[in-house]
Amino acid sequence: MRCGYPAILAVALGCGGDAPRAPLTVFAAASLTDAFGEITLVYERQNPDRTVRLNLAGSQQLALQLAQGADADVFASADLRWMQHVRSRVAGEPVAFARNRLVAIVPAANPAGVTSLEHLSRPGLRLVLAAAAVPVGAYSRDALGRLAVDPRFPTDFARRVLENLVSEEENVKAVVAKVQLGEADAGIVYASDVTAALARDVRVVEIPEASNVTATYPIAVLAAGDTAAARAFVAVVTSPAGRAVLARHGFRPP
Amino acid sequence: MRLLLAAAIAVATALLFALLALPVAALFLHTSPRELIRQLGEPVVLEALRLSLVTSTGATLVVVVLGLPAAYLLATRSFPGKRMVDALVNLPMVLPPTVAGLALLLAFGRAGLLGGALEVLGVRLPFTTLGVVVAQAFMAAPFFVAPCRAGIAAVEPRYLDMAKTLRGGEGYTFFRVVLPLSLPSLLAGAAMAWARALGEFGATITFAGNLAGRTQTMPLAVYVRLQTDLDAAVALSVVLVAVAFALLLGLQLAPVMPFWKRADAGR
Repeated sequence: MRCGYPAILAVALGCGGDAPRAPLTVFAAASLTDAFGEITLVYERQNPDRTVRLNLAGSQQLALQLAQGADADVFASADLRWMQHVRSRVAGEPVAFARNRLVAIVPAANPAGVTSLEHLSRPGLRLVLAAAAVPVGAYSRDALGRLAVDPRFPTDFARRVLENLVSEEENVKAVVAKVQLGEADAGIVYASDVTAALARDVRVVEIPEASNVTATYPIAVLAAGDTAAARAFVAVVTSPAGRAVLARHGFRPP
Repeated sequence: MRLLLAAAIAVATALLFALLALPVAALFLHTSPRELIRQLGEPVVLEALRLSLVTSTGATLVVVVLGLPAAYLLATRSFPGKRMVDALVNLPMVLPPTVAGLALLLAFGRAGLLGGALEVLGVRLPFTTLGVVVAQAFMAAPFFVAPCRAGIAAVEPRYLDMAKTLRGGEGYTFFRVVLPLSLPSLLAGAAMAWARALGEFGATITFAGNLAGRTQTMPLAVYVRLQTDLDAAVALSVVLVAVAFALLLGLQLAPVMPFWKRADAGR
């Protein structure tokens, strides 16, 4: 195409080929870091003219940013509560795309000698949880409450465990970090957080199925964003390929 | 031409003032006296405020006690490796706070370099109030040492010579000449260090953690509230800004205090 002097301007305006468009902004819960990192690559392979910008943080933080008018196209939360908080900004209906379970983790060196859940209530244990406003923080407290009702655990189990709390983190990855560094004696995180890399630095203490909490992850297209591209991204997440990625990263199907 | 220069300076100053004042004003305008009083009545908020004041004052004391001799050394002597020490003392100023927090964990954490030694001594830093003081002192140190050193270095050599002819001892010279003359810089440095310690967040939350009553200082309390209750966060921010501003203003007014005039009389 012979554009001459205005060539530069024309190219900048998209004349003669694909001009790069604004990146697709995806707000996703911190626990989705690895899984969505991979799904992003799948999406970008299928849509070569688009890039994805992932904003990863505690769902409560993302919901607050959205409520304050942040620009985003997709929101994937780790619980229904924070999706509900921004319901008015969603185009269509949120879709549940994954589930998760909780596990307790301790540093590989296990300084407090925790081998079963009862040990979490030992006085002096350094327990780190996410803050109650964070999905995994609320789920953790929920699970502790359920364990207290289990006949195998004392009735004041939840209270005694929470007395051992030494820090409330703002997202699940911060809890992971404190345990991984050996500063915390124990933490409660998602099953999906125990990646192959992390498994080298921590030991897992399972939470029985009966008392465990199912975390439901909804994803939604945001009305104020690029809804067409957003729907394409959600389609990738809910596709068999997307589900395979999520399964590989420790998530359960919805 | 002079008018143009004056206008340019006026515009620049006005723009800077606007940049700094508007966000602060926006904070104050978003909240109401009723919301402020309600927040101040919450025990969690009072805890955070008390913790902030105690830890920042403690951190400033640590920084002054350790920093004044260091600043004197840097200002009056040369020694091998001085440039390294210089750079190191200024490092926390440019280090991202979270990075500093991580570094503190790796040094003084239970699994850190000095972890074993500290455990033996019975000293625990992560997840404790003492850890908050350490994190704040780490980040605030350069804000005191730099102006303090500059103030000491600025003392005119002839005053030092005069002091030497009177008594001669370095101690005498320091306490009777250097200290009074560099006091304004010292106090300005202490104020900046105190303000930096008060506002410290990243290193605190990473190294000392976040627990109400033990490590949740005001900035952490604001951050936590921000996730669920914006109005409460704004009210807390206003309290923090007001307290910080009051102390900085207080130190600005110090020159009119009697002890200042006496020190100044030496000039």
